[in-house]
Amino acid sequence: MTFSTEENITFECETGNYHTFCPISCVSWLYQKIEDSFFLVIGTKTCGYFLQNAMGVMIFAEPRYAMAELEEGDISAQLNDYEELKRLCLQIKKDRKPGVIFWIGTCTTEIIKMDLEGIAPKLEADIDVPIIVARANGLDYAFTQGEDTVLAAMAHRCPENPSINQQKAVSKNNQPGLIIFGSLPDPVVQQLSHELQKHNIKIKGWLPSNRYTELPIIQTNDYVIGVNPFLSRTATTLMRRRKTKLISAPFPIGPDGTRAWIEKICTVFNTKASGLQDRENQIWDNLEEYLKLIRGKSVFFMGDNLLEISLARFLTRCGMIVYEIGIPYMDKRYQSAELNLLRDTCTKMNVKMPKIVEKPDNYNQLDRIRDLQPDLVITGMAHANPLEARGINTKWSVEFTFAQIHGFTNSKDILELVTRPLRRNNKLKDITSDTYVKSESKR
Amino acid sequence: MKLAYWMYAGPAHIGTLRIASSFKNVHAIMHAPLGDDYFNVMRSMLERERDFTPVTASIVDRHVLARGSQEKVINNITRKDKEENPDLLLLTPTCTSSILQEDLQNFVQRASIETSSDVILADVNHYRVNELQASDRTLQQIVAFYINKARKKEVLGVNKTLRPSVNILGVLSLGFHHQHDLVDLKRLFHDLDIDINQVVPDNASVNDLKDLPTAWFNFVPYREAGLLTAQFLHDEFDMPYINVTPMGLLNISEVVRKIQGTLSKLDCYRDYSNYLKLQTQYVSQAAWFSRSIDCQNLTGKTAIVFGDATHAAAMTKILSKEMGIHVLWSGTYCTHDSDWFRMQVQELCDKVVITDDHNVVGDLIAKTEPNAIFGTQMERHIGKRLNIPCGVISSPVHIQNFPLSYKPFLGYEGTNQIADLIYNSFTLGMEDHLLDLFGGHDTTESLTNTLSSTNVISWSTEAMKELSKIPGFVRGKVKRNTEKYALSSNYNVISLEVLYEAKEKANS
Repeated sequence: MTFSTEENITFECETGNYHTFCPISCVSWLYQKIEDSFFLVIGTKTCGYFLQNAMGVMIFAEPRYAMAELEEGDISAQLNDYEELKRLCLQIKKDRKPGVIFWIGTCTTEIIKMDLEGIAPKLEADIDVPIIVARANGLDYAFTQGEDTVLAAMAHRCPENPSINQQKAVSKNNQPGLIIFGSLPDPVVQQLSHELQKHNIKIKGWLPSNRYTELPIIQTNDYVIGVNPFLSRTATTLMRRRKTKLISAPFPIGPDGTRAWIEKICTVFNTKASGLQDRENQIWDNLEEYLKLIRGKSVFFMGDNLLEISLARFLTRCGMIVYEIGIPYMDKRYQSAELNLLRDTCTKMNVKMPKIVEKPDNYNQLDRIRDLQPDLVITGMAHANPLEARGINTKWSVEFTFAQIHGFTNSKDILELVTRPLRRNNKLKDITSDTYVKSESKR
Repeated sequence: MKLAYWMYAGPAHIGTLRIASSFKNVHAIMHAPLGDDYFNVMRSMLERERDFTPVTASIVDRHVLARGSQEKVINNITRKDKEENPDLLLLTPTCTSSILQEDLQNFVQRASIETSSDVILADVNHYRVNELQASDRTLQQIVAFYINKARKKEVLGVNKTLRPSVNILGVLSLGFHHQHDLVDLKRLFHDLDIDINQVVPDNASVNDLKDLPTAWFNFVPYREAGLLTAQFLHDEFDMPYINVTPMGLLNISEVVRKIQGTLSKLDCYRDYSNYLKLQTQYVSQAAWFSRSIDCQNLTGKTAIVFGDATHAAAMTKILSKEMGIHVLWSGTYCTHDSDWFRMQVQELCDKVVITDDHNVVGDLIAKTEPNAIFGTQMERHIGKRLNIPCGVISSPVHIQNFPLSYKPFLGYEGTNQIADLIYNSFTLGMEDHLLDLFGGHDTTESLTNTLSSTNVISWSTEAMKELSKIPGFVRGKVKRNTEKYALSSNYNVISLEVLYEAKEKANS
């Protein structure tokens, strides 16, 4: 493991007073990804209200998730946790017939020390539905890290030995396989698999798979690689508990990242990655229309979803100047290859290495934004409208988590998002002024 | 534990924050874990707020769990005091902090020694009250604090204004059409020749609260917030209050008559009967509209009503007494206010429903099959599924219920707006029904056939499978674009590869 990056990159850590989504929001994309799952969030009205508002229309589509809303009797332990959970889970089993139930622990279950991990195996045996516990709470984690806690818990459930049926399918030579971890929409899974196929890389499985019953077999010495920068716990679990080997690579976000990601896999599997340079160039050529709009423009990441390093690296390569990379949590080991690529990209593009601010303080950041007047601020919805009203272009950061941004094919979608405020505001020149606030409330 | 998919009223702290953010120069500090500051997103999004929402979190994390907040909350309070210089800092507990059982009151006391702003701890219990009750309570708490403060300093305004005047209590941020309603309320009082002393908490300054008692009486337009405050002012200063919602012609008349009565008790004799007649006959179109031939067709049509107590009760009255529509049942999720609600509507509908479980509401709608629904966003979605038109009359709502144009529900302009809403809901339903009877006018099939390119290109099975995964509403467009691309690049078969290629190259 190399830490050379730290010599050139400045890391700062602020107060942690920043806005982000609660990690239980991972339920919204994971229930769609894992088709036979049911997510039970064990928490209070506050959690429920957040999910209800954050997920907008999804909520009305009979989602496969629900709240186990804790009442005063649960908090003061007048009710028996086991009996209560059993009652709810039996109802879920009856109504929805899920293949697996996820229990999402919240701040409240942490504070009252509800022993979810202890209860789950007993209840699992009682009701005959697998129960996986993930503690995706706001005390410990931010936004996308919720998925990390769920996948880390799932990693324990991946079968070790192929069943008799599967054994036939598995090749005899017992070569270590490749397992990719990170939840992506099916089309993106297809696209990335397709890219790897071109280089004769076979994928043994994805974590998560589309169904709980299709979780990949993970054996000692298999190789694993992540597709997203926020999966450090999952990576750790796969290495330490499942004895797999982690391929450390930049993440397949942007054509540069995708190429580096594939190249790294090819190196590990000793296959020649041919034509990748051409493929990357070709994508860059296709992006020219967008690049024209952002070259030389500056961008400020307030930080809330941990995709920031990869996005900043891609945008630097696009010719943008990154003023600040705010990020909730920085795992320098898991992201080391990405950090290296960021540094190399800065050198290549001849720009200063941006400062990385961990646990940022939104209030201080707004001060810096006022001073720097960046061309674009990537931020949460709490600050977007007020910043727009002060003449600063913003892009809502959460869209990057829900849009398809991985692989060569989707590079355009990232720039579509990044350039949207610039394109829109260019068109509005005739009617807009710079600010929409009275002078006394400029701050 | 309760299995819940959706809730009508939010958690308590949301109510407190709605009050805090409605006042001018009041800052709320939530004692909450990361991610609980979701209120800022709602306010910034739904109300399209131009200013930063004056709510910050004092984050509860692992360290706080282990050692307690210690100086953290105090530091956050004093820091905000310096940064924003607010009049009042409101420390807001959340469900998390309320089980930590830290002595927040102690933090407030210690911090207030150093701050130039006043500091209060919001007094709400997360496990006993919901958003609406908490907002009512917090408003009363703030008003009482400043009345007592003024009393101590002997600056309390006790002399009544020369001319009749009123305080309007309970106009809030994120309230259902509150901003529009306020405009019409101001007009109503202007027409009645009554001055508005203060509107609280909307855009009010806490420093002015000391003059609340100078008004002749208080007016509470919505039951959900303001009643406790009106009661407090009544107990302290013997101020009369009126809490009838001026929604619909009958209710407006009642409000005006009550105002007349209240004024006469204070030795100011006014006769508003001419005004009422004029407004009802000519300014509001609603009475004439109900009488017009068009609305004969609404006779015997059925509807159901569900929402907060204020809007559901008023709507039931309008439908049944002002439009002649048969209300099958009327309900509210304000379970804490069920007695009042029952009393209001039981004569006006077949059945009264009190529940905060949307499944119960959904089942009832399906069972009773009304011609139209008047409810919240949830009922709108239930209506969509059952193909029953729905007019939204109450929170909880989406961004489309924060319209830019002037759409009050209260006052005489409100009656016009409601009449439109009711009429449009029913005609849409009728039109749909007639179309069904006569075979409909669904032309999408033939349209797509003529518009799509002639099929000289075939799709591989994998590509077709991939295409089928694309959401329905854009699939057609993706299909056409891909085929166009394949044609121009001389591909005969669209494979996965071609599909991706088309995506990469299209529009660039």
